[in-house]
Amino acid sequence: MKNTISERIADFLKNYPPFNAMDARQLEQLSLEVTIIHKETNTIVFGQGESPHNNFYVVNKGAVALSKAGSSQILDICDEGDVFGLRPLLANESYKLEAKAYEETILYAIPIKDFKPLALENKRIGNFLIESFASNTGNPYSIKHRGKLYGESSESNQYSSDKMLDLQPIKYSTKLITCTEGTQIKTIANKMTKHNVGCMLVVRNDLPLGIITDKDIRKKVATGLHPITASAQSVMSSPIITYPKGLTLAQSQMAMMKSDISHLVLTEDGTTDTKVVGILSKHDIMVAVGNNPAVLLRAIKRATKAKRLRGIRHGIMNLLQGYLEQNIPLGLVSKIISELNDASTKQVVKIALSKMDKEPPVKFTWLSMGSQGRGEQLLNTDQDNAIIFEDVPEENLETTRNYFLKLSERISKMLNTIGFEYCPADMMASNPSWCHSLSEWKKVTTHWIHNPGPDEILLSSIFFDYNVTYGDKALADELSQSIFDNVQGYPLFFTHLASGALQNPSPSGFFRDFLVEQDGEHKDFFDLKLRALMPIIDAARVLILSHSIKSINNTAERYEKLAELEPNNKELYLACSYASKALLKFRTRQGLLHNDSGRYIALDKLNKEEKIKLKRTFKTVKEIQSLIEVRFQVKNLLR
Amino acid sequence: MWPFSKKKPLELPDFWWEYEAHFNEKLPEGVHENTFVVLDTETTGFSLTKDRMLCIGALKLLDNNIVVKESFEVYIQQEHYDSESAEIHGILKHSKKNTISELDALKQFLVYAKNYVLVGHHVMFDVNMINAALKRNGLPKLKNKTLDTESLYIRTLLISSVVQKKERYSLDDLAKKFSISRKDRHTALGDAFITAIAFLRTIEKLKPQKMKDLLR
Repeated sequence: MKNTISERIADFLKNYPPFNAMDARQLEQLSLEVTIIHKETNTIVFGQGESPHNNFYVVNKGAVALSKAGSSQILDICDEGDVFGLRPLLANESYKLEAKAYEETILYAIPIKDFKPLALENKRIGNFLIESFASNTGNPYSIKHRGKLYGESSESNQYSSDKMLDLQPIKYSTKLITCTEGTQIKTIANKMTKHNVGCMLVVRNDLPLGIITDKDIRKKVATGLHPITASAQSVMSSPIITYPKGLTLAQSQMAMMKSDISHLVLTEDGTTDTKVVGILSKHDIMVAVGNNPAVLLRAIKRATKAKRLRGIRHGIMNLLQGYLEQNIPLGLVSKIISELNDASTKQVVKIALSKMDKEPPVKFTWLSMGSQGRGEQLLNTDQDNAIIFEDVPEENLETTRNYFLKLSERISKMLNTIGFEYCPADMMASNPSWCHSLSEWKKVTTHWIHNPGPDEILLSSIFFDYNVTYGDKALADELSQSIFDNVQGYPLFFTHLASGALQNPSPSGFFRDFLVEQDGEHKDFFDLKLRALMPIIDAARVLILSHSIKSINNTAERYEKLAELEPNNKELYLACSYASKALLKFRTRQGLLHNDSGRYIALDKLNKEEKIKLKRTFKTVKEIQSLIEVRFQVKNLLR
Repeated sequence: MWPFSKKKPLELPDFWWEYEAHFNEKLPEGVHENTFVVLDTETTGFSLTKDRMLCIGALKLLDNNIVVKESFEVYIQQEHYDSESAEIHGILKHSKKNTISELDALKQFLVYAKNYVLVGHHVMFDVNMINAALKRNGLPKLKNKTLDTESLYIRTLLISSVVQKKERYSLDDLAKKFSISRKDRHTALGDAFITAIAFLRTIEKLKPQKMKDLLR
């Protein structure tokens, strides 16, 4: 007896191997036996060495990380539609790896007893299983067999820094861009530009004849040697050097060096007499080598789908972890990571724009606010953003806003897909109160400045750390200017802003004990963000605004600038700069350790040294708080 | 016994007594030890007196697991019929689905729900609808504790007067927020499933330790 849910499950499974080989009736039967499991982030699906469950698993939503127990090294991440934990059930052995929910995940658990008969009965399923297991006697979870064992995933990318990566087969692009001997150079160049590739394969009946790279066009056409109307044949490099598919990373690197070429053509059997199956570029090798910001950045820029970006972001997290392990200065780390985060957001905006049916009616600016705006967002935290669009005539205002709201909703959803949580207070451009024309924004900010109630102060403190991620910078500059002009006329605003900065509870109690949260879900945890990071960030903001310095958003940099501007307070400011970095690093470490935002810290989990380090920053927090209290005469404000 | 008591308990059928007997047991304290019955009803309209249930869909949630086979889906024979709402649900009076009588549906539901906590989106509507049906059949009201996913969701939002909070959150809003496919909207079991996922995701945000934190 099928029901609505089992129908939905069947509907999902039928898209992925091996279930795509089943007939509809079988799949319906099987779906009825499924248990749907919701896994919270970081909960274990099965542990290493555990005896096999009665089910194997398919990821419906979210992601599951496979790793060796006790190691932070993730060997594989299973995404939507990937099957895992099947082999141990068939081989009747215990799990070789630990499977843990990498994010909030919904799994379908499929009982092996119901699956096995189907597998035996259905030849195609049997073949799938034999193929995927026979070929990977070594490591059942190796990246090599992802494509088979875990379902199709040529899109997904592994930036594993596995030491043995050299000997692993390398991913190559199978989407071939080809032309024939007679194609004109101009057409070829256009096609290469359109597909954003560096080379074009010349084929005859699917057999490779030659190759044309950017270099050929530069050397043979741009120099005037051949006209742009010449045929492919006249400029292509031929004969072509081909290799069999299944090259390892090391082999392909060698091959490129040996022949001094930047693209390898892969054919069925490695000769020019068989069909071309793919092209391997230097870029592919770089991506495989992985942990390199430049490569990640390029991969981000090439991404055309949010899903792909999500994979790249896993790579960014890996990179971050590596940096922290090697103790690279946090200033540098946060610059690089912020740059990558920024690029991802930018790419998301680009993708979203390309999916709208119309071009934007006027110029606009996408602002990142809060931690991303300050360039301090190392982990995936909430998204805070806003849109400014150019002024339009009154009668067009609402239609224009609607366009940008629609765009923002798309962007926001995609950002969510790649790992930025929605802002729980809804401070996102998809909210009409964060999607304004320039003059509306001027009005709104003026209102905040002239009526500095607690809410307005809170809004200002989030908003004033904005950073242009995409679009027309002039709009943001004009708004900044208007804000500064306004603030200079209302010095009382600083007093309020300063009082806002003092609002956050102090990090330590009377005896310099940690103050922990009293109730709620984080009872007995120390709130690092609220009690230590926010006061120091808020103080930096009010001080730097009072000096009318714009364009510096980063807290540590703000303090460095302040130290320069006020030599008599230099020592304190430098201490603050150091403290802000130390706290951020602390938060990031904690976040990476627990795969969360790192905001709440279980004090009993800290070692003595960490506690001392943390406490040392508290002294600085207290000092900077008393400085702004005195300077902006907060006491005079009805308290 | 009080002579004017309206209830004549002896006349209640056995299945009701069995249902009631489950409430002698206390619910487990931990959230993950509890079974939740996530339910949704499709009705002919919003009137508790005029309108009728067309379908009850429910599923059981225990320790984050939903066993598909153990879901509940019944279609109810109709006397009262409203052609307008049929357009929404696609449940026609003489549809091909196997229908059972209202009393049978209630009976099966009571057997299914036991003393478990009922979870629904705007759960009181569903509960009141079931209660109205129970009353028509001479039975007392449901005794289960209830949880409303809308109010739970609102508890996850930041308390701030800064941004205008919406007053109401529909199941569609939640499905959108939690990126749950809305393909099965307006089938009772489909909606129950969406509600269940929204419930789980809300719980993950609230992280209640004990049942009493959740039921407060």
